[in-house]
Formats: sequence, C-alpha cells, structure tokens
Amino acid sequence: MLLDRNLHIRAIDAFIDPSTPKARAIVTHGHADHARSGHGAVLATPDTIAIMKVRYGEDCAGSFEPLEFGVPRQIDDVTITLYPAGHVLGSAQVLIEQDGQRVVVTGDYKRLADRTAQPYELVKCDLLVTEATFGLPVFQHPHPSVEIGRLLKSVADQPERCHLVGSYALGKAQRVIGLLRDAGWDEPIYLHGAMIRLCELYQELGVELGDLRPATGTVKAEMAGQIVIAPPSAIRDRWSRRFPDPVVCQASGWMSVKQRARQALVELPLVISDHCDWGELRQTIMETEAKTVWVTHGREDALVYWCRQQGLQAEPLNIQGFEDDGGEGEE
Amino acid sequence: MKRFAQLLELLALTPSRNRKIVALTQYFAETPDPDRGFALAVLTGALTFRNVKPALLKDIVLAEVDPTLFAMSYDYVGDLGETIALIWPHHGEQSDLPSLTDLIELFNTTSKSELPKLIASLLTRAGINERWALVKLATGALRIGLSARLAKTALAEMSGKDLQEIEEVWHGLKLPYLDLFAWLDGKADRPDIDQSARFHPLMLSNPIDEEKDLAKLVPKDFSAEWKWDGIRVQLVLGGGTVSLFSRTGDDIATAFPDIVDNVSGLAVLDGELLVGKNFEPGSFNDLQQRLNKKVASAKHLKESPAFIRVYDMLFDGRQDVRALDWTQRRARLEAWMAANPQTRLDLSEVLPFGDWDDLARMRRQGADEYGHEGVMIKLRSSPYVPGRPKGYWFKWKRDPNVVDAVLMYAQRGHGKRSSFYSDYTFGVWKGNEIVPIGKAYFGFTDEELKLLDKWVRANTIQSFGPVREVKKELVFEVAFDSAQQSTRHKSGVALRFPRINRIRWDKPASEAGTLEDMAVFVAAS
Repeated sequence: MLLDRNLHIRAIDAFIDPSTPKARAIVTHGHADHARSGHGAVLATPDTIAIMKVRYGEDCAGSFEPLEFGVPRQIDDVTITLYPAGHVLGSAQVLIEQDGQRVVVTGDYKRLADRTAQPYELVKCDLLVTEATFGLPVFQHPHPSVEIGRLLKSVADQPERCHLVGSYALGKAQRVIGLLRDAGWDEPIYLHGAMIRLCELYQELGVELGDLRPATGTVKAEMAGQIVIAPPSAIRDRWSRRFPDPVVCQASGWMSVKQRARQALVELPLVISDHCDWGELRQTIMETEAKTVWVTHGREDALVYWCRQQGLQAEPLNIQGFEDDGGEGEE
Repeated sequence: MKRFAQLLELLALTPSRNRKIVALTQYFAETPDPDRGFALAVLTGALTFRNVKPALLKDIVLAEVDPTLFAMSYDYVGDLGETIALIWPHHGEQSDLPSLTDLIELFNTTSKSELPKLIASLLTRAGINERWALVKLATGALRIGLSARLAKTALAEMSGKDLQEIEEVWHGLKLPYLDLFAWLDGKADRPDIDQSARFHPLMLSNPIDEEKDLAKLVPKDFSAEWKWDGIRVQLVLGGGTVSLFSRTGDDIATAFPDIVDNVSGLAVLDGELLVGKNFEPGSFNDLQQRLNKKVASAKHLKESPAFIRVYDMLFDGRQDVRALDWTQRRARLEAWMAANPQTRLDLSEVLPFGDWDDLARMRRQGADEYGHEGVMIKLRSSPYVPGRPKGYWFKWKRDPNVVDAVLMYAQRGHGKRSSFYSDYTFGVWKGNEIVPIGKAYFGFTDEELKLLDKWVRANTIQSFGPVREVKKELVFEVAFDSAQQSTRHKSGVALRFPRINRIRWDKPASEAGTLEDMAVFVAAS
C-alpha cells in the first residue's frame, strides 16, 4: 500500500500531519492538532507555512518546502500535489500518486464557499482518507448567513449588552469576521489578544477583514452594542468581565446540539462550522469515486458503517494524537 | 408555534433567572388566549397526550433513519427529543407550523393510525428550531431547566398578584386557564375553585446550624418530632371528596387509592406519607416502588399499604386555622383525630425532651436504633406560614454515614453532562474483589469533573456502549443517609441518598471500605 494506516508514505518516508517530530512531514493546515513544531522538513502550502511561523516561531521546523496548490512535486517515484480543502486559509488535501494509484488525504475540509479560505476542489482517487469531525446524521449545518443573521438580530435587540463571540483563533475567527462584513456590519470588530496576530496575517495574505481593534483597553460603557471575538476559553472567564453584561456566543458546528450549548453556558449558539456536515461527507465520498475509505479524526464509526452499507471498503483509523472520543477539538 | 419555539430556546439557553422571568412575562402578555394557556400547561408539565409518546416519535424517525445510525447519534446527543429534531432527514418547503392551540388539538383528535403521518409532515415542514420545540412538546420532556414555580413567578410578576395566591388556586384550574388569565389581567375575580380541590402551599423547614442556632434557641419554646423518611403530603378532606397533593402540589391521589378510599371528614391535614403494615414504616425503597407507579398495583396495595402520619392542621372543618399558633393547631388536630377515627391516619408523636443535649442524644439514638432521619423542631408559637419562613421550623438531620468506595464504572451523563463521564458506580471490597454498592451523579465543581473525566478516559479497561469500566484505583468518599439490604445489587447492599463527598486522589484502593464495614449500617436501619 502506498500509504500506511498512520499516514506514513513509506516510499519517501514522509508523514502527513504527524503528532510527534519527524524528519519529513507534510502538513495539511495550521491547526494545532495537525501542525506541530519540531519536524525536520515541512512540506505545506505557503499560507500554512506562514501560519506555522506565526504560531510556533520562524524556526519551528528544520526547513520548509512551500508547494503551491495544483503543482505536482515529484519525490523519487512518488508525486505529491496539494489541493484546496476549504477549511482555513492555506488548508490542503494531499494527493499522493505512484504507479497510477491515487490516494487523497483530505485533512480537515468543507465544501461551502468561504472567502477566508481557498475553495475546496474535488479530487478523484482510489483511496480516500477522510476526516469525520461531524460524522453523525444529527449534524446538518444550517447556512452560515442564517446564523450571522441571528447574531445581528440579537445585537439589535439588546443594544445595552456586548456580544462576545467565542471562536478559534485560526480560521473560525476570520471567517466570522468575514461573514459579519458580508452581512453589512461596518462597525469596528474587537479582538482578544490571542486573535490579533493571526488576523493581521490573514490581512497581509490578502483577506479583507475591515476595521479590527484590540478589545483590551477599551472603556466598558462604550462596548455596549459592540461585537468582540475571543477564544472560547476566554468568553466565560474573568476576561469577559470587562464588558457590559456580555452575551456569550459561540461559533462552532458543535453548537447545533442545544444541550451542548447549555452545558457550555452559551446563551447564543451559532452553528458555523469549518467542516463538512453529514450530508457533505457522504456526498464527497461518492463523488471522489474512491473504492476504499479510511475514516479518521472524529466520529469514525457512523461514517464507516454508512460506507460499508454503500458497498465500499471502509475502516476507521485510530491515529495517536488526534482527539479522543467526545473531545471537541479545534474547528 | 414560532413564538413559542423562540421562548423555549431562550429559556433553555439563558442562564439568568431574571431574564427568564422577563421572557416569560413578555410572552404571556403578548400572546392571546388560548395559546398562552396551553403554553403555560406545557411549561409546567400539566399537559400530556394520550397517543403522542416518546416511543411513537422514535418509531416515526426509525422509519426514516437507519436504526444503527440513530443509536450512535442518540448516544452522542444524549437527549432523545433533541436527537430526533436534529436527525430528521427531510426538509420540505418551510412554512409556519399551526399555532400551539391547533397543534394540541391535532395531537388530541388525530386517530392513532394517522398520527405518524401527521407528525412526519410537521417535522418536515418545520425549521430546525421549531422542530426542536415540536419534539419537546410531543414527548413532554422539555429539559430546559425551567421549574413550574418559575412560570408561576412570572405570572405573579406580570400581574402584580401574590405568588401564593396563584399557587392556592392552581390545582383547581382547567386548561387553558382562561379564568386564571382573566383574573391576572384584572378583568375578573380570582377563579372561585372548589375548596376540596384547592392546594394550600406548605410550610417548610430550615436546616439547623448546630453551632449558631441552638445556642440562641430556648428549648422550652419548641416541640420536637421524629423526621419521618417518607414524602410530605397534604390531605384535603372535603366531607365526601378527597384530594392528595405532593409537596409541590401535584395530585397523587391515583397512586394511593388505599388512602383516598379510606379517609373521611372535613379538614386539611399536613403529614408524611409512609408505607408499611400496622403503622410501622417500611423502607423508603418500598415507598419508592409505589411512587414509581402512577396507578397502584394490587400487589403493592397488599404488601406495602400506605398511611399518613399527620403532624399539622391547616383547616379544621371549614375553618382556616393557619393563623393560630402551633400549640393550638396541635390541640385541634388531636381533638379532630379523636372525633374522626381513621384507619389510614395516625399522629406524629411529640417527643418530650429537656435541653438540646438531651434532644441530641435522642436524635443519635433514634438514628442508630430505628434509622430515623433526624428530628424536627417547631416553635410552639409559630403560625402556619407557607414557604420557608425563618425561625419557625427546623430540621436537624442526623450525621451522614460515610464510606470510602472504589470507582468501578463511569457513564456519560445525559443532556447537560453528555460529554462528560459524570455518573459513577462504586463498590467496596468483598474478599479480594470489589462489589458495587451504589451509583451517584457528579457532585463536584466543573474543575473536578474535568479531572475525573480525564482520569476515566485514561484508565478505561473496557467499554460497554456508553459505560466504561475503569481500573479499580480511585477512591471516593461517599456519604449516604442509610443502607439497606438489597437483592438488586451483587453486594446485597443498597444506599439511600448516596452522594460523593470528595475524591480521595491520595488514598490507595486497598484502604477502601469492605462489605463487613457496611453490615453495621445495614443493621442500624
């Protein structure tokens, strides 16, 4: 087999998204459970490399090999090509070819248009290694514009309160800002310190996000009616006390489950996901025409079960370092 | 229905009690009759459907969704209603659902054979939020963290009426509460409901603080009784009619025909419902069995007959005696009992005692020898005041029993705790093995819950569906009120009110309790 079950490409001794330092790594995107520091050589898109350097430092890998989307890179008798995954800026699927055999590792991906990430491209293959973060039929994501509409309505209805939107610093934060701008929100958007550098990087890489300001140092009374983007860990923490009567919001695919939102003390759950929902996962599997499907990173069992019902060869991969069951990782 | 769905969502997600009350008040003020009355019934759990049940909803979904995928999803979501709402695979042209009133009418009048088709088409028509509300309505399990009392509080706020005035008439009211809302809106007098159906809010006690309170209280000003281990009830005898209410005002008459059919007279009495033959209270387990049934079985009636141990009187004949002091009420109660001989009522004995040390000794002895829960202390000069007034009635519970037990299995909670392993089965040593003695839910801070959840995941030996068996290494200090013999547990012991006092990260499992240790507690009850 061209690819081992731990995502090791034996012929060129390279690992995809390894969780421990390796001599040669191919990194699909910049989220912490995929991109780690300490590898020898890292092959990734230029955007992903830029994100890694911001998050882990300039010398977080021995060397970097930037590879543009759609450009084949021949290594010995294996060809590697990166295709957009639509998950976050720079996120890629990895196509591995050898002797006419095609293997695609999706990394994390979504199909829906998102102007803060290069749009997903379908890549046909023999073996598909797909993520399954939202691999249960209860996940049917609404359109994000609906959810942003709910946020803006809540802001209009409660002008005396400040809306704190919990969003992961890489990807989700910029997507939410982009969606707010597209919906006509022209006010400054305030950022938790952990967001600032990555938002600047997105802007440097050409993603328009409008007027962004640090939330720290603002005057409490003046934050009524404003929107603040912060990491999920900060929105219910002491940090949030600096804002007037905050409405705790969270932008995540997990928020479709109201009991989850209650448990997280989220008053306004926004179902905005950077992953495929159940329908899109199934659509993708069929469209790639893969005969074999490996499922990783999420609720593998249900998707494997479904694939087998369709007559496909399917199995779960239990890769060390990816989230445990029930864990709800970066989105 | 859209407005009602919005209200439900807001109630489910808003942590602030005040904001919930505001939302309810607004809803009741804006919504016309009879919709708001039906909404009130849904919110207070007063509405049930004969043919629309959770099992029916599940069947409707399983006709459309693969059962294995449904089971996996339910395990993940943890709430049946929410799983159904999220998994429903058909999304038609979205259009407004019928009003709440019309929906309830449809549920009540559609024939059993037509119901699946009706509900399926409603599910397809509804947007996600309304679908969630629709399923909650149909299954009757709201699980949005709203108490009936909060809904009534909102009614009081909306109208400026007293909450107790509302509670008093509550149980005589009929859906959809037109007369109630007319009164609240100031357009009519308070509904004049049948006296015999009226529930009178109960007087409750405060736990005593031995250090602070006892020194200040004068023993001779107080009377003492055993604290009975049953359920608090109010018996309303209307001279021919009988109503039996739980402490929250739920009508529980159908579960206790042995009481209702065998009492007579004209009075409103306050007491403890217990089960046992010849006025000998059995275990709370026996009572629990009866409480689990809405309608009593012949076997239960024979083996666990119910009776009420009476300790107070609210109405003597038609006369309201609540303003009289305890001593006078007690005298009237004793006289009434003598004049109206009863086979299912007896008096709760007043315990003579000298000083507080004397009563403390009796409390300890009562716990050790008879398994009494503790004693009640009542100010002799206190009127009967609904609610939990300060300084009148005190409960002085006995000290809890404690055992160090070893965590054996952990299960994910449902709903709020559904991503955490928050239900724990624990056991004690029996020779070289550990046998389970009980199960308790999470009782820690969120920080501790996270640590515990992590420990469970890292120390799992094997999984059975949602249950994980863990290494027998972690010790809990478990407090419980009493222990009883039980055939349901392998250990032969069942705990009453077990709760996890603390996690003994420091204690090796080898030093945990044994089954022999438990025998002492069983003997005492």
